Amino acid sequence: MKPFSYERATSAGEAAAMAGRTPGAMFIAGGTNLLDLMKLEIEAPRHLIDVNGLSLDRIEPTAEGGLRIGALVRNTDMAADDRVRRDYAVLSRAVLAGASGQLRNKATTAGNLMQRTRCAYFYDTNQPCNKRRPGSGCSAIGGVSRQHAVIGTSDACIATHPSDMAVAMRVLDAEIETVRPNGQKRTIPIADFHRLPGTTPQIETAIDRGELITAVTLPKPIGGVHVYRKVRDRASYAFALVSVAAVVQKDGSGRVALGGVAHRPWRIEAAEAEMPNGAKRLAERLLAGARPTSQNAFKLPLVERTLGAVMTHART
Amino acid sequence: MNDSIRIKFSRRELLAVGAASAVATETAGAIERTVPARAAPAAREATVSVSLVVNGRREALRLDTRTTLLDALREHLKLTGTKKGCDHGQCGACTVIVDGRRINACLTLAVMHDGASVTTIEGLGTPQQMHPMQAAFVKHDGFQCGYCTPGQICSAVAVLQEMRQGVPSHVSGDLTARPILSAEELRERMSGNICRCGAYPNIVEAITEVAGKTAA
Repeated sequence: MKPFSYERATSAGEAAAMAGRTPGAMFIAGGTNLLDLMKLEIEAPRHLIDVNGLSLDRIEPTAEGGLRIGALVRNTDMAADDRVRRDYAVLSRAVLAGASGQLRNKATTAGNLMQRTRCAYFYDTNQPCNKRRPGSGCSAIGGVSRQHAVIGTSDACIATHPSDMAVAMRVLDAEIETVRPNGQKRTIPIADFHRLPGTTPQIETAIDRGELITAVTLPKPIGGVHVYRKVRDRASYAFALVSVAAVVQKDGSGRVALGGVAHRPWRIEAAEAEMPNGAKRLAERLLAGARPTSQNAFKLPLVERTLGAVMTHART
Repeated sequence: MNDSIRIKFSRRELLAVGAASAVATETAGAIERTVPARAAPAAREATVSVSLVVNGRREALRLDTRTTLLDALREHLKLTGTKKGCDHGQCGACTVIVDGRRINACLTLAVMHDGASVTTIEGLGTPQQMHPMQAAFVKHDGFQCGYCTPGQICSAVAVLQEMRQGVPSHVSGDLTARPILSAEELRERMSGNICRCGAYPNIVEAITEVAGKTAA
């Protein structure tokens, strides 16, 4: 690990201001992804701003009948919250499908959104990676790409976003609240939060330098059957090959998003009209324009079958 | 805190656990820190003072900011019961209980836990007076080489507490119902602790015995 200085933030605004004026500064909350990357010197902040002392660890109702989940709410607490379990079960299920008990006890809501890809070439500092070293090339293209993205990829990067939580938040139309170094607050719809790689895969989110996430808000509950189905190489504690977050209404209509297939949670609202018409039609619309590699082409039929399983589950 | 984690479940107690999800929000990191933020970059140091309560004993340390909680325990406090396996949060050998919650000690900085209470395997019990979970691991042969065992035991003790608090898991059938002890639940909840020797069936038996129920 490269040396760094450390300080504790006393307010969200001050943390953002500090990060904005300090070269090489990063926020640390749970640290479960950042410290992993710092040990490998993939991340090398010169200054860490510990935000754990901020009062952003509560889940509160919003005036609109939804929920505001503080940026520091631990994954365990979000998944176990009565209101989340009752009204946003897909989110609880998604969080519980990720990581391990130990990690969920530490990992935060904001950190989960900000976590970086688990692409093995991003982690291997001996290999070119456009995300880690812009312009150096992508080792995954033409490399071992079984885990990688099949849609929304570019010639620069085929990495996936690893979060389960974000896939459920995408289906729930969550919004991310932030504060910037100048004190200005803004709200980012989750649809605009994670980027596709394009020619700048090192830029992964809409978050600007020094900008701090303070909360994630969920609109008022939409009812329906909530399902999160994750397909992976082990029964537990593994990243998704494919995952499906769905909210299905009695008439078969609903919402659906995919994990494990793209650089961001993958949702095509227009495709949801196909939900009552079955998994095949839905998968075709969701995955139109997919560019899988020879090693991960299996994800396309896997998406269709997982969608089928989810819709069958929702009907029973 | 030692008392609160030395809980032996009876089957009745376990089934009686409320679905009200009394998740330990009081431990979720809301504690206002007393250390003032330092502003001037010139004043920034890479060495910091850290105070920890480890197994009930207050320890004052002077540490490089890079020191993980795991290295603080092993290298500075010489509590080598907590093991370093992968050092990347993948194996669970470093699992300790901090302010009532199990975490990977390798993936957190000691300085982030100034003032925290840490329970390691040394704090759970002694060879003369073992914690019930330690005794059950011995009785059921819940290990072979033993390297993952301290992490397994700390994790297992916390798993039973999480179940008692009503925290659901990936395999919980009804999300809003109280979790029901089963081998499937224990395997899922213990999946962050890898055992290279493959002692899993015996580990599940040991935890099940402590939880007060035979394996499902």
